[in-house]
Amino acid sequence: MKSQYQNRIELLQGTLDLLILQTLLWGPQHGYGISQVIRTQSGEVLQVDTGSLYPALHRLEKQKWIKSEWKLTEKNQEAKFYQLTAAGRKQLAEERSRWEQLSDAIGAVLKNPVIG
Amino acid sequence: MDSRKNDDLDAEIQSHLRMAAQDKLAAGQSPRDARDAALREFGNVGVVKEVTRGMWSWASLESFLQDIRYGLRTLIRTPGFAAVAILTLALGIGANTAVFSVVNGVLLNPLPFRNADRLMVLFHERPNFSEGSVSYLNFLDWQRENHSFEAMAAYGSNPFSITGVGEPENVHGQMISSTFFPIFGINPLLGRNFSADEDQLGANPTLMISEGLWKRKFGSDPGIIGKRLIVNAVGRTIVGVIPAGFRLRIWNFHPGDIYVPIGEFSDPRFRERSWASGQDAVGLLKRGVTLEQARQDMARVNRGLAAAYPDADAGIKARVVPLKEHIVGELRPVLLVLLGAVAFVLLISCVNVANLLLARSNSRHREFAIRIALGAGQHRIVRQLLTESVLLALVGGVLGIILAKWGTAAAIAAVPRSLPRAEGIGLDFHVLLYTFGISVIAGIVFGLAPAWKTSHSQIESTLKKAGRTFAGARGRAQGAFVIAEMALALVLLIGSGLMIRTLFHLWRVDPGFNPHNILTFEISPSPSLTTESPDAIRAAFRQFHATIRSVPGVEVASFDWGAHPMQSDSEQSFWVQGQAKPEHSVDLPMALAYVIEPEYLPVMRIPLKSGRFLNPNDSDHSPFVVVIDEDFAAQYFPGKNPIGQHIVTTRLEEIVGVVGHVNQFGLDQDAVNPLHAQVYESIYQQGDEVMPGIARVADVFVRTRPGIDSASVFPAIHHALNRVDAGMVVFDPENMDQTVADSIAQKRFSMTLLGVFAALALLLASIGIYDVLSYLVGQRTQEIGVRMALGAQRADVLRLIMNDGARMALLGIGVGIVAALGLTHLMTSMLFGVRPTDPLTFGAVTIVLAVIALLACYVPAHRAMRVDPTVALRYE
Repeated sequence: MKSQYQNRIELLQGTLDLLILQTLLWGPQHGYGISQVIRTQSGEVLQVDTGSLYPALHRLEKQKWIKSEWKLTEKNQEAKFYQLTAAGRKQLAEERSRWEQLSDAIGAVLKNPVIG
Repeated sequence: MDSRKNDDLDAEIQSHLRMAAQDKLAAGQSPRDARDAALREFGNVGVVKEVTRGMWSWASLESFLQDIRYGLRTLIRTPGFAAVAILTLALGIGANTAVFSVVNGVLLNPLPFRNADRLMVLFHERPNFSEGSVSYLNFLDWQRENHSFEAMAAYGSNPFSITGVGEPENVHGQMISSTFFPIFGINPLLGRNFSADEDQLGANPTLMISEGLWKRKFGSDPGIIGKRLIVNAVGRTIVGVIPAGFRLRIWNFHPGDIYVPIGEFSDPRFRERSWASGQDAVGLLKRGVTLEQARQDMARVNRGLAAAYPDADAGIKARVVPLKEHIVGELRPVLLVLLGAVAFVLLISCVNVANLLLARSNSRHREFAIRIALGAGQHRIVRQLLTESVLLALVGGVLGIILAKWGTAAAIAAVPRSLPRAEGIGLDFHVLLYTFGISVIAGIVFGLAPAWKTSHSQIESTLKKAGRTFAGARGRAQGAFVIAEMALALVLLIGSGLMIRTLFHLWRVDPGFNPHNILTFEISPSPSLTTESPDAIRAAFRQFHATIRSVPGVEVASFDWGAHPMQSDSEQSFWVQGQAKPEHSVDLPMALAYVIEPEYLPVMRIPLKSGRFLNPNDSDHSPFVVVIDEDFAAQYFPGKNPIGQHIVTTRLEEIVGVVGHVNQFGLDQDAVNPLHAQVYESIYQQGDEVMPGIARVADVFVRTRPGIDSASVFPAIHHALNRVDAGMVVFDPENMDQTVADSIAQKRFSMTLLGVFAALALLLASIGIYDVLSYLVGQRTQEIGVRMALGAQRADVLRLIMNDGARMALLGIGVGIVAALGLTHLMTSMLFGVRPTDPLTFGAVTIVLAVIALLACYVPAHRAMRVDPTVALRYE
């Protein structure tokens, strides 16, 4: 329990948006599904708090980067599915490149040997 | 739409929970465990919903409405708090609205005339008088030679009796230049204004009448123009009707029923350049000409006049005063002080409500900490709190407007005569805007401190320690509140204390006469009397006097044709025989002149200092005599006996007596007015040329017998006089007591309002200090318990808490004294006989406030003393 708590990484502000958009790149998904995908794909490290997830989904929808629709799941359950819009794809591309720049930059700093 | 979105969110969360439970079921958990685990993992459904809803209306009006709804719900949940806060604010905002509606109506609103900002009043300025009447000949020269006025008009008042239509009656009227109404932009309802030709000596007599007279006397006859009316025994042709909407009250002018051209007034003295009595002037500045330019232009014109007519005009300047300044200028400092004072009351209200909010925020700490932990931005929390406080203030504002409407009416009714433009006071758009503005500002001011504190509290420690750690910080904030409240209340109390001392001083001022049981009124005998011989007029007045004296209840009576104490003045120039006569008549000394009968002394009960007063033997056949007052004697006969000396007016007069000085200019003004010397002449010794003027209108002073109300004899006197002269008009009855009271009405008005505000401030501040101390005692219950368990006596606890309260109160009083020393000099013009830093007022007010503050501390301190240590220790 303790180790699991320590392994969890708090999501940087804005990264949740990136993860949600990325998840939806594979097709429409509902809130529960998105949180499951992020958790399993991060090797159980990233736990998405519903108190952050749903506000983020509703904010992204308001920004017209995603849209929603009620559909039936494979298990015949009603659920609200979110899917990327064209604007959302563009946003995802931008956020990804920004993230990669940031990650490369941090990586470069960390990899440099300490001199002197 | 909102409720559909809500349902949708509900369904979305339910579907999430169902799917999560289903997965756990599939993993082998029991249905019940699966559902519980899903719920646990999800977290607080309500909170998630709320923060999600926050996204819908992201930075939009919707979230504002949401804040309002939320705020309303919060307020409704705590009705006691809401009621106290709203009522506190309503008092503060209501008082401010009331005072502002007066300021707005009197000072800010433009005068109801076209080109109101270019309207000026013009005066003769001379060493003794800054604002004296203008002689008509000078006026004509001003009119001709100035370059800065579009137009000038002269006016004078005169009583008029109208005969020939219905009952004869006396009406108020004005003599005016033909330019008068055009200057004010007033167009006649019917007919036309006077032409310049009609405003000339020897012109065909014309007349304008008021709409009121037109309706009353002529039944709104549409064919009135061209008809004739007999005014003061002269037939005049009506050329125009002035609308009733014309309202103008300035020195020597108020709307009358009759207007005649001033230029055709044929009194020979009216055409003397040194005769400046009873006619005044107004002017309309040319566009683009500044007040300063106009003043310089008029100074140039007057230099020319002084050179051409040194005898009459040397030393006389022209004074140009904006009309609005003339009407309300005196009132400005008073109203601004009141506006400042009432703003203090609102500040105290705000501090009190901030206090309440702070105490309440204790219980909401966890609510906000959770919301912040869940990602609600701090600005969102601050906005929520500010929305709530502004909401409170707006509700308070609406209630305040109702209080203000009622309060303004009460204030105006209390002192009707002291406020010019009182008719313009009301809740107009500007006032409502002001109220809205101060409500919003008040809401932000009292909401800001608690909002800031709440949102900046460290979230973790709050969650861990249940808000305990903040007692200290909040205690400090509330201590500062108490200090501020005490300081504000002290300043207001000192202000009202100074006004009360002023009024005490004024009431103690000896008016120089005894105003009780004196009735004054005016008579205007039948117009035919003015054309009789001077001797006949004297005989008629002796008969009128006897008639008045014969009325039961009348003790003594006297006519007065001249100055009327505390109402109107009249001057006489003179020089003392045996002293050098000044080169120019304009440099002659002046004295207030009372033209009266011998019984004036017993009517007014003025003390006789030496010699004798006038007596019935002083007639037109005996030597001219005059009685002077003690100030005249001191000024012109220092160290000498004035009895037997002579003064020269238009004739040689022997001084036969000295009487006490009479307060002419009002209880507060007489001492500062440069004109003090007073002379008394007998009405029966006036020159033949003056008698027709006396026959036109004269004042009457009547003293009633002890125990008889002076107002009650008026109808009998009226009736008796009309039996002697059926055409006589008897009007304007007034109690001398009332006249004296009116002279200080404005100061009484200021005192009443400041007193009300100070009382309000004291009440609110006492509640404030009581609240804070109760709260702090509550916070320290545990500490008190420990102290008592360790052996502290109840008296020690009492002292501990009282010390706390006393320290805050004394600090506040200290700050307040410093602030008051800085502020009270703004009241200097309102005070009388007391300095703005009067130590007695400062001392007394400080003691009163300290005692009340200590009483407010005592209740919670006493409660702390009763704390049961065992209960207190279990408190945790």
